Amino acid sequence: MTVTEEAAAPQIGQERRRKEDQRLITGRTRWTDNIVLNGMLHLAMVRSPYAHARITNIETAEAKAMPNVVTVLTGADVAEEQGSLPNAWPITEDQKAPPHPSIAVDRVAFAGEIVAVVVARTAAEARDAADLVDVDYEELPPALDLKEAAEDKTLAHPDLGTNKSAFWQFDSADAGTGGSVDEAIEAARRDGILIEREYRQQRLIPAFMEPRSVVCDPTGEQLTVWSATQVPHFVRFFIAVVLGVPESKVRVIAPDVGGGFGGKLQFTPEEAITVVVARRLGKPCKYTETRSESLMSGHHGRDQWQRLTLAATKDGTVTGLKVDLLADMGAYLGLVTSGIPILGAFMFNGIYKFPAYQFNCTNVFTNKTWTDAYRGAGRPEATYAIERMMTELAAEVGVDPLEIRERNWIKHEEFPFSTVAGLEYDTGNYEAATEKAKRLFGYDELRAEQQRRRDAKDPVQLGIGVSTFTEMCGLAPSRVLGSLRYAAGGWEHASVRMLATGKVEVVTGASAHGQGHETAFSQIVADRLGVPFEDVEVLHGDTQIAHKGLDTYGSRSLTVGGEALVKAADKVVEKAKPIAAHLLEASVDDIEFRQGRFGVRGTDKGLGIAEIALATFAAHDFPEGVEPTLDSDATYDPVNFSFPHGTHLCAMEIDTETGGVTMRKYVCVDDVGTVINPLIVAGQVHGGLVQGIAQALWEEAVYDDSGTLVSASFVDYLVPTAADTISYGVSHTTTPSITNTLGTKGVGEAGTIASTPAVVNAVVDALRPFGVIDVRMPCTPERIYKAIHARDGADTGGAPTVGAAGPHFDEADTADRTAGNDSTDQNGSSL
Amino acid sequence: MTKITVTVDGASYTDDVEPRMLLVHYLRERLGKTGTVVGCDTSNCGACTVHLDGHSVKSCNVLAVQVDGGEVTTIEGLAHDGELHPMQSAFHECHALQCGFCTPGMIMQAIDVLNDNPKPTEKQIREGLEGNLCRCTGYHNIVRAVQTASGQESLPAAIEESA
Repeated sequence: MTVTEEAAAPQIGQERRRKEDQRLITGRTRWTDNIVLNGMLHLAMVRSPYAHARITNIETAEAKAMPNVVTVLTGADVAEEQGSLPNAWPITEDQKAPPHPSIAVDRVAFAGEIVAVVVARTAAEARDAADLVDVDYEELPPALDLKEAAEDKTLAHPDLGTNKSAFWQFDSADAGTGGSVDEAIEAARRDGILIEREYRQQRLIPAFMEPRSVVCDPTGEQLTVWSATQVPHFVRFFIAVVLGVPESKVRVIAPDVGGGFGGKLQFTPEEAITVVVARRLGKPCKYTETRSESLMSGHHGRDQWQRLTLAATKDGTVTGLKVDLLADMGAYLGLVTSGIPILGAFMFNGIYKFPAYQFNCTNVFTNKTWTDAYRGAGRPEATYAIERMMTELAAEVGVDPLEIRERNWIKHEEFPFSTVAGLEYDTGNYEAATEKAKRLFGYDELRAEQQRRRDAKDPVQLGIGVSTFTEMCGLAPSRVLGSLRYAAGGWEHASVRMLATGKVEVVTGASAHGQGHETAFSQIVADRLGVPFEDVEVLHGDTQIAHKGLDTYGSRSLTVGGEALVKAADKVVEKAKPIAAHLLEASVDDIEFRQGRFGVRGTDKGLGIAEIALATFAAHDFPEGVEPTLDSDATYDPVNFSFPHGTHLCAMEIDTETGGVTMRKYVCVDDVGTVINPLIVAGQVHGGLVQGIAQALWEEAVYDDSGTLVSASFVDYLVPTAADTISYGVSHTTTPSITNTLGTKGVGEAGTIASTPAVVNAVVDALRPFGVIDVRMPCTPERIYKAIHARDGADTGGAPTVGAAGPHFDEADTADRTAGNDSTDQNGSSL
Repeated sequence: MTKITVTVDGASYTDDVEPRMLLVHYLRERLGKTGTVVGCDTSNCGACTVHLDGHSVKSCNVLAVQVDGGEVTTIEGLAHDGELHPMQSAFHECHALQCGFCTPGMIMQAIDVLNDNPKPTEKQIREGLEGNLCRCTGYHNIVRAVQTASGQESLPAAIEESA
């Protein structure tokens, strides 16, 4: 062959346009709801309008009599076969959880819970008939307010005897990772700074654009299930375990999936019901939710009260952090509901060197939709808390919020660093990211403008918000998950198949739903095997093709799945070497692999990998004892998490006369390690930013006093539009991770994690001259206006930790225990 | 049932439809035009946006019987002979889509925005797309795509500068 010495440009780092796009921009898509099969029946759910009620009777005759209705099934009809939906993360040995049937049998525990299913020949006929199912309810008092529920005033599940599902603690003194937080607090109370705050993480809804949909075809020997899911492998496992179908008889396909953000990391009642009905009737069945059903009954996210105590010396060096969380589980424990706040437990210390830390979390049931993973899952909540607190500390000390952070953060020469929460951060450079962010933002100029506006008493005030963050990505080392009582591992699987024509099929156990795996993974394999980017085909999302995998969530696909891919590709090369040696009549030890070519050291002889693939396919001239295949598998279990970080800066303008709030500028510098595709990374950051900003400014799942979700449509649940948002200044520093070969860290959640506190810090920064130290999220104009004017003429004193300005967690000090909290949220909402 | 005759993506169809049938359901279920999708039930999300007689409409907000005698263009009718519409190319080039579910509606609306105003400002683009929700992109690259398709300068996706 001709030997080309010219090196092909590496694919990693290139802004390759996505392979996925062609079908998506031309409408040649395969969403689950597009699937139509012969004789297919359609399901409609009858859902409880009550948050908590006993089902006393269900009358289905009228619905059954409707044209083209095949059957109506209630919980009692399927009680024997529907099983109980899974919780894969019992965080403590004595965790309490109610049984979770897909169709409620005798009691409903949240508004939106399924009580019956109608099966008809068309979706419209099924929905018409669903309206005619007559359910008698005996209302029970609902547990709605999280704090009241934690006091067991009303029980969400009377049979449990308590609303408390579990209590989980991490204490640095007990763990040997730091000192006693109580001693640090005592010392600060005597002679230092003690900051006590209580923050609300409002309830959010993932609000992926594609409503969930599931199709089950029981026609063949094997059940084939298509689902709009992030986790086809989990769905397969749970169909087997919950419904008693042999796992080998189940094939699950996640075709094109329209976003997830954690909201499709679930085994849903609707999936279970569709499988149960299809098996019973022997006909293909489809269920597609309406948007209202999606918002009401797809799992929610966040929903915590956070009580925080930060102890510091007078110069602003943090000596300890104590965290007390109340976490709302909602009515049931979904797949990882109980573990979400625990994922935050290791992140409250952020990028800082805290000598003492304690995390306490009480998981509480209420009669609301259950919560579970939503972009960031536990880590945005933690980052919000610490980044708000560090800014409060800066205000107390009277220095710039970036200065207080620098005083406390881990310096770049101190990596690897063992944190007070017991993690080992491998790499990072917070100084570099912060410096770059300041420069791109024009930090000093904006601070000067802020001062001018304050001095001039400009009715439109400028606020500058700062947030740094790090997160644990790449879920996860299996041994760590095991030690946290999570039921599954955290490995990922990949295969590389060398086809006879030189094309390469890559199979990954990750399951993309917008992330661009087909493109990014092609870039990785193209470099690793020295084949053209266009020759790599990435296959995923079908348990019959990608038979092994743990799917996509937690910024894991690249750091874990990508590393599995590297290992599988490397095995291909190793398998090819003896074959190349044989064909080139050389010793294996003399074979060198470089950029797709197997050469013989010291000669110009060589064969391309495609030639080896063809020779292996033919297997005519093969070394003795060598198996005629290059195809390779790898299952990679990460040794550590990866720790992306970044510095985010936000400028908000607030009209103090109206409470109107406008974003002026947003700059973030993220260090996500090696970047495979800068365009895809920028896209992940943009989208993440807007979701985090939306928590700060717009989104909230609001329930009324009877437990009805008020924000159950896009009219009321404020997913931001193009007109609400601005263009962002996104940039990077690169400190490669040393926990994987490629040096990647994960980017899926970064933007969401850091933006929320950056925005709220900016809002509070603008209002601090008015004595405001907190505005509850979402920071609506109404809340901002009331926060400003609640203090008209009041003596604010600029001392945020005394009097009504803040809650006091010392049991001995009962003065103004809740007043501070109320004074910052005047709208009277219980949420 | 009502008989309608409608041209969709250049082909003529005659069908009996229920008076209550929405245009989006007619497109998806009767014509197999599944490129147009349903994202909500309150006409907020715009995922179902198509062109009716040259103007964008949310096809969940139009009855099939209303398009009798009309001409509908969906995302599937934009490319001709394998040649993408410039807006489709711009979305691809600017990475203006991730999961792609909102994309058909977003592209149809973006074309309508430029039909009304060939050189819109960033603010006009953002306001023109206000009726179409996207959960993945944060709109940054969608705005860039519309700027690109209109032949205007656009902001970068990210600030290229070595640390």
